Amino acid sequence: MAAYILRRLLYAIPILIGVNLLTFALFFVVNTPDDMARLQLGAKHVTPEAIERWKVEHGYDKPLLLNAAATGSAQFTDTIFFQHSAAMFVFEFGKGDDGRDIGNEIRTRMGPSLAIALPVLVIGLLVNISFALLMVFFRTTYLDLWGVVLCVVLMSISGLFYIIAGQYFIAKLWNLLPISGFAGGIDGFRFILLPVLVSVVAGIGSGARWYRTIFLEEIGKDYVRTARSKGLSEVRVLFRHVLKNGMIPILTGVVVVLPLLFMGSLITESFFGIPGLGSYTIDAIQAQDFAVVRAMVFLGSFLYIVGLILTDISYSWVDPRVRLQ
Amino acid sequence: MSFAAFNFVPVILWTDALIFALLAAVLVLVWFIRRQEHLLAPWRAVARRPMAMGAALVLGVFVVIGLLDSLHYRERLPDSPVDAPQYSVEVLSVFDALVSGLRIRQEKTYSAPLAMQLYAKEFIARDGATVRDYPRLQYGGAHLKHAGDHRPDIVRRALVGLAQGLAVGLLLFGLLAAWQGRRTQMDFGVWLTAWGAGWLGWPGRTVVLILAIMLMLAGVLIQLASGYHVFGTDKVGQDVLYISLKSIRTGLVIGTLTTLVTLPLAIGFGIAAGYFRGWVDDVIQYVYTVLNSIPGVLLIAAAVLIVQVYIESHPELFDTAAARADIRLLALCLIMGVTSWTGLARLLRGESLKLRTLDYVEAARAFGVSHSRIISRHIFPNVFHLVLIAIVLDFSGLVLAEAVLSYVGVGVDPSMHSWGNMINGARLELAREPVVWWQLGAAFTFMFALVLAANLFADGVRDAFDPRLGGRR
Repeated sequence: MAAYILRRLLYAIPILIGVNLLTFALFFVVNTPDDMARLQLGAKHVTPEAIERWKVEHGYDKPLLLNAAATGSAQFTDTIFFQHSAAMFVFEFGKGDDGRDIGNEIRTRMGPSLAIALPVLVIGLLVNISFALLMVFFRTTYLDLWGVVLCVVLMSISGLFYIIAGQYFIAKLWNLLPISGFAGGIDGFRFILLPVLVSVVAGIGSGARWYRTIFLEEIGKDYVRTARSKGLSEVRVLFRHVLKNGMIPILTGVVVVLPLLFMGSLITESFFGIPGLGSYTIDAIQAQDFAVVRAMVFLGSFLYIVGLILTDISYSWVDPRVRLQ
Repeated sequence: MSFAAFNFVPVILWTDALIFALLAAVLVLVWFIRRQEHLLAPWRAVARRPMAMGAALVLGVFVVIGLLDSLHYRERLPDSPVDAPQYSVEVLSVFDALVSGLRIRQEKTYSAPLAMQLYAKEFIARDGATVRDYPRLQYGGAHLKHAGDHRPDIVRRALVGLAQGLAVGLLLFGLLAAWQGRRTQMDFGVWLTAWGAGWLGWPGRTVVLILAIMLMLAGVLIQLASGYHVFGTDKVGQDVLYISLKSIRTGLVIGTLTTLVTLPLAIGFGIAAGYFRGWVDDVIQYVYTVLNSIPGVLLIAAAVLIVQVYIESHPELFDTAAARADIRLLALCLIMGVTSWTGLARLLRGESLKLRTLDYVEAARAFGVSHSRIISRHIFPNVFHLVLIAIVLDFSGLVLAEAVLSYVGVGVDPSMHSWGNMINGARLELAREPVVWWQLGAAFTFMFALVLAANLFADGVRDAFDPRLGGRR
């Protein structure tokens, strides 16, 4: 087991290097620091001196890969690649355009992101599974048919609509909850309620339908027929056997997104003014802050790979037939 | 120029060319499938599903509007000489020409749906005195003499439109019944009874019902739109119905061209990885794990920022604003395609891994058939249904994604009509007093109609093509 995890971790390194090279190519080769400077400075202030000054300020005034002017190991370290891309492997993200340390910003913003994403995941899972089980229990009846139709309709509504409608009706018209904002501690509860509610409702359509397919696949298997022929009631079959076995694909699907919860949700956070990593990313994209976007790309891929490893481990944990070697 | 005799010069934008190439490819495919019974059979199964066919009908209307909106041209400036014509920088489409009334009738600012007055009070001169009141609209309800005529006029127009739609529907249905009756040698009454009871497979009752509803809706819309702004006007006074209709093309382009980019990557890499295994498999798996591990929105954002920089630093390449916006749309499709091929590729890899061990593939290999021939004759036809299902399932997701990306600011060009841009521009309007809800409402309604139709159609296609599902829904 330990050897397996170690091997997977080692396998993660070339992938992270790939991600790093890709972002380096996107941000510094295809699109040179000069272009970035021009975009940031705007059409009016573009002079060669201004571009040079911008590059010095942001540390982009060095050669890309090899600094021929330097001596010794500085030939490799005094370059854009080493200082801006390779440094990310030790989570040194540098500073954003607003002068704040990106690593620091990420640490303080993880909490609020998690405060929204975790309840959404747990409540959403409960709601979707209950809805899916209900549909499976009433399968081959009109209740199931209309349940599926309802799911397709819910799926077809844009996620933005749920947010805008929730904010407008619940917060503005009926004054039940604050429109947006965030506070720490127990006081923050009322701020979290609306985003969580909206996100759960937005996820019901696709989630419940997906789980229904999983349960239906399970219900067609031989062991379920055996259980029924032993005289078990349908409810018992559903909860004791189908639910338990159906949880394998559901749980492993959840495990892979667990680390990504730290990243938060871009749209929800920016609409509800949650000071999390999602809104941080959106602000960076809108302000064209390349350093922050690059840092978030790296963090996101790192967390995704952690999720993949956790998934493999959880497979062997819930399903004893799977052996890791 | 040979077009001097006409008053326009055609403009072929990149996405136009690709859309019509895609249309040609689809037509060739249809012609090919029609001649092969085993390929036709699942499509017959789709045609028997009332939901899927009803959805296909709605999709068809969207596609026709999108295609008409893809035939672009530039008008000759009226004061330029015929032998040395100069053309307007504004790029119009055939669809614009068809609904020119909607495009031209621009008000001053916001007005509510079907209103005859502006949304905000202004100082207006009336009977020699200056009063503060809601000014009348320049076009919306301009034919009305008294404010009291407003409601009766709307009701009258709606009823007339309804009747016209119904009449056209009945006429079409009568023609169809006559034709079908002749073909099946049935009396009209007998045919009608048999059809009403649902004994005849085609045309299904649902399809006819949906067609009738759509015709009536169209009738009402046309009648009302000739005198009013059906969905109101936006901040600069543009008709919201017109913007929503123009956005259809953007949604369709994103949904289809992105898939067009995805397919060669997914099919090529997926089948190659599964068929050749070994180092090919390792390299391809590495590439798609890397791409997959980068959060999609961020990769798209990064790439769009870069395209933006490129466009800003090369203004000489684009002669019109439309060409600029078009390149950005194409780039968005490319980027979304490059980031989203991994799912299908993984699926195809797994399937090819299974297929390559089957006896007939082994036999072909033993006979010395080349790899390319084995792949094209034995592997690809057996994974084609997966590709098709992926195409139709991805479409609706892409249309929805456009709205989110435009909200983030990395979607289509702000000057291009799209539902995402409408929502983005209108999201602060709900804070106004009184509330301006119609632009958001129109964007969400149109998007919902397209995505729901696409989802229902995709379900029908998946059920008919996926052998794993068998008879189960």
